[in-house]
Amino acid sequence: MEDQKIKRVYVWEIPVRIYHWLNALVVVTLAVTGYLIGNPLAIQSSAEAYLGYWFGTVRFIHFVAAFIFFFNFLFRIYWGFAGNKYADWKNFIPYTKKYIRECYDVLKLDILHIKVKPFISVGHNALAGLTYFLTFLAFLFQSITGFGMYSAMSDSFFPKLFAWVVPFLGGDFAVRQWHHLMMWFFIIFAVVHVYIVFYHDYVERRGVLSSMAGGWKFIEKDKPT
Amino acid sequence: MEESPTIYEQIRTSGYSRRDFLKFCAWVTAFMGIEASGIGNVVRAMETKHRLPVVWFHFQECTCCSESFLRSSHPIVAEIILDKLSLAYTETLQAAAGYQAEEVLYNTMKKYKGEYLMLVEGSVPTDNDGVYCCIAGKTSLDIVKEAAEGAKAIISWGSCASNGCIQAANPNPTGATPIHKIIKNKPIINVPGCPPIGEVMAGVIVYLLTFDRIPELDGMGRPKAFYSRRIHDTCYRRPNYDAGLFVESFDDESARKGYCLYKMGCKGPVTYNACAVTKWNNGVSYPIKSGHPCIGCSEENFWDNGPFYQHLASFPGFGIETTADDIGLAVGAVTVAGIAAHAVRANIKKRKLINADIEESKKEGGE
Ligand code: HEM
Ligand code: SF4
Repeated sequence: MEDQKIKRVYVWEIPVRIYHWLNALVVVTLAVTGYLIGNPLAIQSSAEAYLGYWFGTVRFIHFVAAFIFFFNFLFRIYWGFAGNKYADWKNFIPYTKKYIRECYDVLKLDILHIKVKPFISVGHNALAGLTYFLTFLAFLFQSITGFGMYSAMSDSFFPKLFAWVVPFLGGDFAVRQWHHLMMWFFIIFAVVHVYIVFYHDYVERRGVLSSMAGGWKFIEKDKPT
Repeated sequence: MEESPTIYEQIRTSGYSRRDFLKFCAWVTAFMGIEASGIGNVVRAMETKHRLPVVWFHFQECTCCSESFLRSSHPIVAEIILDKLSLAYTETLQAAAGYQAEEVLYNTMKKYKGEYLMLVEGSVPTDNDGVYCCIAGKTSLDIVKEAAEGAKAIISWGSCASNGCIQAANPNPTGATPIHKIIKNKPIINVPGCPPIGEVMAGVIVYLLTFDRIPELDGMGRPKAFYSRRIHDTCYRRPNYDAGLFVESFDDESARKGYCLYKMGCKGPVTYNACAVTKWNNGVSYPIKSGHPCIGCSEENFWDNGPFYQHLASFPGFGIETTADDIGLAVGAVTVAGIAAHAVRANIKKRKLINADIEESKKEGGE
C-alpha cells in the first residue's frame, strides 16, 4: 500500500530538535518564574523568615533557566551556519524578492485561506522564518536586559560583561520594566506559534506538527520543494 | 596655592584635640569604604594637605542636600570643611550678599583657577536659554559653564544635579538638565539621592580633599564605595523577601511583623545607594526600617516610574494604574479571540475541501 505521491524530507536534524524543545522548556520556565518574580503569590503565613526560601528558589530557577536559555540560543546561532539548509541562517532574513513574495503567499494562505502556488518552502516558510528572526531579536533583548540586571548581583565574569546595560538604558528601573514587558511577547508568541503549527498541520498536511519530534516532513512529489 | 594652614592645623585651632582628630579620621575612613589600614593615609593627608578651595552652587533644588550634609555628618566635617577651611562661596550659608558675594566667587575662581572644587546642588534649566534660574543676572547655565572652566573636579550633589530629579520629571517644563549632560570635559562625581546621605557626602568630599583624586566610579558616574550595591542587597528585611513573606497592605499583620515591602512597591531591588548600611540621622533608621517602601530616590527618573506603592510602573500613555501586565493581558486576550475567529473561519471556508479529501482518502484506503 505504498503511496507513490508522497515524498519524505528530513528537515530538522537532531540538534535543531533538541534546541527547540529545550528552548520551549526554558522559555516556559522563565515566563512562569519571571511572572512570579514580578507578582509574588500572597502566601500569608506566620512562619519566620529563616524557615522558608521559596521566593529565593523561584529566582534561582529563573537564573538557571536563563543561563540554559542563553547558551542554547547561542548554539542555535552556531547551527545556523553549521546545520543543513533548513536550519541555515538565510531562512530567517528577508533579503531576496522571492523571500518577500513567499511571505505574502503565506499571509494569503493563513489569513485569506487562499491556496497559493507555487507551494511554500518545506522548511520554515518565509513568514515563519521572519517571525523567528524577530523572536531571536527578542531573545537577545531579554538576555541582555536579564544579564544586565543580574550583573549587579554576581561577581563572575560572564554576567559582568553585561554591566554596561544598566547605565545604557538609564538605570535598573527601566531595565526591569522592559524585561517584564517583553515577557508578554514570549507568551503571545507561544500562543500564536502553537496555533499556527496546528493550523498548518491541518491545512497543508505535511506533518509539521510531528516534524519537530521526528524530524521528517512529507510533501507531494510533483510539487517543488 | 597660598601658604595656608594644613587641614590638621585648622582642626586643632578650632579646639579639637588630637584624639578628636584621629577619631574623625577613623570615622571618615570607614565611611569612604577604605580598609582600616588606610586610616594612616588619611591622617597623613590631613596633616600635610592645605586648604582646597570649594565653591558650592545652588540651582533648581530645595537645599535638602545641604541640610542632609549639615545635620547628620560628623561635626568636624561641617565646621572645618564648610566653615573655616574651604568654602568660598555658597548661596545658602554665606554671610556675604550681593556684590560682595559675587566678588568672593570670582576672586576664588580667578585665584584658584584649575584648583578649586566645584560642588553643584540642583539641576540646570536649559529651555528658553535657561531663564528659569538666574542668579545675579546670569543664568545658571552660564554660571555652570563658566565655573566649570576652572574647576579641578565637579561633584553633583543629589538627584537634581546627577539625574534631574523632580524638575526633570515628565514633562520637564524648564528643560532641567543634570550637570554631566552640560559639562563634558571635567571629572564629575554623581552623588544622587533626594537627598544623598550626609555621611556619603562627607565621605566623597573628604576623599577628594585627602587623596586629591577621583574615587572609583561606576557606569553612572557614582562612587562605587557608596553606590555599588542595591538597597535590597543589604536590607535587613531581605530574609523575608527570600522566604516569600510579603506585606500585603500597610496595616496588616505582616506589616507589623516587618515582612518585606516588595509588594508595597519597594524599589530597593532597583536602587543603588547606601541607606541600608549607613542609614540616616547618624545611623538611626532608613525608610524601610520605618516601615515604608524605598521609593528609589537616587535612581534616574524615579518620579516617572511610579506609582510609588506598586511594583510595576504604570505604562506610559495608559493611565496611572495600567501596568505592563494589564497591557500584556489585553493583547493576549485579543490574540486568543483572533485565533478562535480564525479557526472557525478556516473550518467554514475549507469544509468542502476537507470533506472531499476525506472521501478520497477513504477510497484510497480501500474502505
Ligand atoms: C524568555 C525569557 C525571559 C522571560 C520571559 C523573563 C521574564 C522575567 C520577568 C517577568 C521578571 C520580573 C520582572 C519584575 O520584577 O517585574 C524577570 C526578572 C528577572 N530576570 Fe528574566 N526573563 C527571561 C529571561 C531572562 C534571562 C535570559 C535572564 C538572564 C540572566 C534573566 C534575568 C532576570 C533577572 C536578573 C530578573 C530580576 C530578578 C530579581 O532581581 O529578583 N531573565 N524576568
Ligand atoms: S523591603 Fe525592599 S529592599 Fe528590603 S528586602 Fe524587601 S524589596 Fe528588598
